[in-house]
Amino acid sequence: MLLSVHDLDVHYGAIQALSGVSLEVEAGQIVTLIGGNGAGKTTTLRAISGMIRPTRGRVMFDGREITSTPAHALVSRGLCHVPEGRGIFANLSVSENLDLGAYCRHDRLGIAEDRERALELFPRLRERLKQNAGTLSGGEQQMLAIGRALLSRPRLLLLDEPSLGLAPQLVQLIFTIIREINGTGTTVLLVEQNAHMALAVAHRAYVLQTGRVVKSGPARQLLEDPDVKKAYLGG
Amino acid sequence: MADFLQTLLNAVTIGSLLALVALGYTMVYGILKLINFAHSDVVVLGAWTSVTLAVVLLPRLGVGLEAGSIPPVWAGVLVLVLAMMICGGVGFLIERLAYKPIRKAPRLNALITAIGVSLLLQNVGQLQYTIIDNQSLETSGLMQERGTDARTIRLAQAIELEEGTQYAIRLYRIADIVRATEAIGHPEAEAWKRYVTERSALPSLGTLSDTRLRLSPRTIVPEVSGRFEAGSDIGIAQPIGRSETRDAVFELYAISPHPPLKLPFGAMPQRIPELLPQKTLVQHDFTTEIAQADGSVVRIEKPLRITLLDIVIVGTAVILMLLLELLVYRTKVGRAMRALSYNMETAQLMGIPVNRIVSLTFVIGAMLAAAAGFLYALKYTQIQQPAHTTWVLLGLKAFVAAVVGGIGNLRGAVVGGFLIAFIEQFGAYLGQQAGWQNSSAYTDVFAFVLLIIVLLVRPAGLFGSAVREKV
Repeated sequence: MLLSVHDLDVHYGAIQALSGVSLEVEAGQIVTLIGGNGAGKTTTLRAISGMIRPTRGRVMFDGREITSTPAHALVSRGLCHVPEGRGIFANLSVSENLDLGAYCRHDRLGIAEDRERALELFPRLRERLKQNAGTLSGGEQQMLAIGRALLSRPRLLLLDEPSLGLAPQLVQLIFTIIREINGTGTTVLLVEQNAHMALAVAHRAYVLQTGRVVKSGPARQLLEDPDVKKAYLGG
Repeated sequence: MADFLQTLLNAVTIGSLLALVALGYTMVYGILKLINFAHSDVVVLGAWTSVTLAVVLLPRLGVGLEAGSIPPVWAGVLVLVLAMMICGGVGFLIERLAYKPIRKAPRLNALITAIGVSLLLQNVGQLQYTIIDNQSLETSGLMQERGTDARTIRLAQAIELEEGTQYAIRLYRIADIVRATEAIGHPEAEAWKRYVTERSALPSLGTLSDTRLRLSPRTIVPEVSGRFEAGSDIGIAQPIGRSETRDAVFELYAISPHPPLKLPFGAMPQRIPELLPQKTLVQHDFTTEIAQADGSVVRIEKPLRITLLDIVIVGTAVILMLLLELLVYRTKVGRAMRALSYNMETAQLMGIPVNRIVSLTFVIGAMLAAAAGFLYALKYTQIQQPAHTTWVLLGLKAFVAAVVGGIGNLRGAVVGGFLIAFIEQFGAYLGQQAGWQNSSAYTDVFAFVLLIIVLLVRPAGLFGSAVREKV
């Protein structure tokens, strides 16, 4: 297992956001977390990437415990988190944003190569390299966020709601690219409200409800599950 | 014309100092959204550190600044670099100890903490320290009597005088000690009296260090070195009376060749030695002809002087500003700083070690403050105590400069610094031209009026923009 989460509890003050969440991500797969608003999807990702400290439980990444590792130390180990709302640095140029993706790396050639690959994946970014990232459209910002994450050469990519607020054809494009990224060997843990699309690309899925995992299984199976259909797929 | 150019020169010099200080305010605000009130105190610390280094520490290390053992300019550079490093360290500690523990607390807490740190530094600055006493007690004991002549004394116990060290012997008449101890009811008073009447054992000589006794010993200097046994005579520099040696106790001090190491932090104004030769680089005499009422013409010559000091101040400030510009806009660390100032959480997700970058910001801000303090001390050679109005106003105006330029914006801080300096200098100049008596007393008014106008017209400052975020 590339990532395994055991029995995770997270509290925000007195409020319990996660209770006993366990999940596993196998190397090379796309695993998705689906669920409604406030189900704890984002919290799960934040707990994995070290943005918040769980009150109980363990997170193992690549055979090593990372439960209390600070977020910045995980990037160089190959875990990259693209946060909800993309986390673009609007005061920097597109090019500088991309460079920040490779902050932890020192292999100039490798960085240049990955940068080229990211720009091939998102040609629109190439046209806007010098532009201030704050002036990009929502879709372009999402492309930048994913492209920037790729520059850290992640083994596990955590994507939080990449389709949020995007036009339908852009959503299609983003999902195609997620599949493409996965095709080159990057494992993806995807949090999505758009359960339809998420289940369509994922190998495996977990359904979260009020901070608990209520269902899990191969994505294709969940796509056919009557409860999931009713709750998340619009009947 | 001379007045105009001199005003221009002053404005540029003062502006560059204000800009250096303003940069520190704006950098910290940009990253932590914290107004670091202790920043202006670091400027004072920079000035003190420079003085301390130049007056006391470096001469003791054998780096004489005034003796000309190294060229004064290099001495100045050395003092500047060391002061920047020391203040950088202090900036680091301030952030780690005071601000980091409350980084996630409400911003008001941080603001109050900042005021607290500022008060702490101001009060620590009132202290005056003596680090190493100029003399160390070697031995003490009973002095028997005068030696064979008036220029020798006979020892009751053996002493050793090493060659190469300077010594002083202090003689305390026992009769004086008895009187003094009795007068203040000292616990050892009885013991001293008994020693005189019954020749009991000599009481503890620790009594001598009691300053309440106000003993005034006779200080004599031995002229010889080597080991002297009990009962032997040693030569001294001055003749001495018999009554002074009979029934006296002595203390033997080794004197270090340096003056006492008094750190010049303290309420006493201090002077920085001249680290730069007083050199006028450009001098031009302007002649003004004034027609008198009776038709005659009076010619007044007014010189414009550009001194080496002016050039050094502006030059150092500009070099430091350019270095900062390069660091922030051309390096990876600078990119990380800018990312951090926009969004600390996401910066972490890029693998940026947030704590290290925040520390670095404080260190750089403090280093710039130290440089400003050093340059300020060079220009206004008297260094005032830390809570003095001079420093408070300098810090306040630099803060105003940062706000006027748009706090959080580096270029804004520089522009703000120069703007404040120009407004106050030219305000005074124009006031004078308009026949306004004493207009230079209003320089501070001009600076703060500018602040009020900017806050009314452009609350975010000249270069600041209301935070725009696209989601």
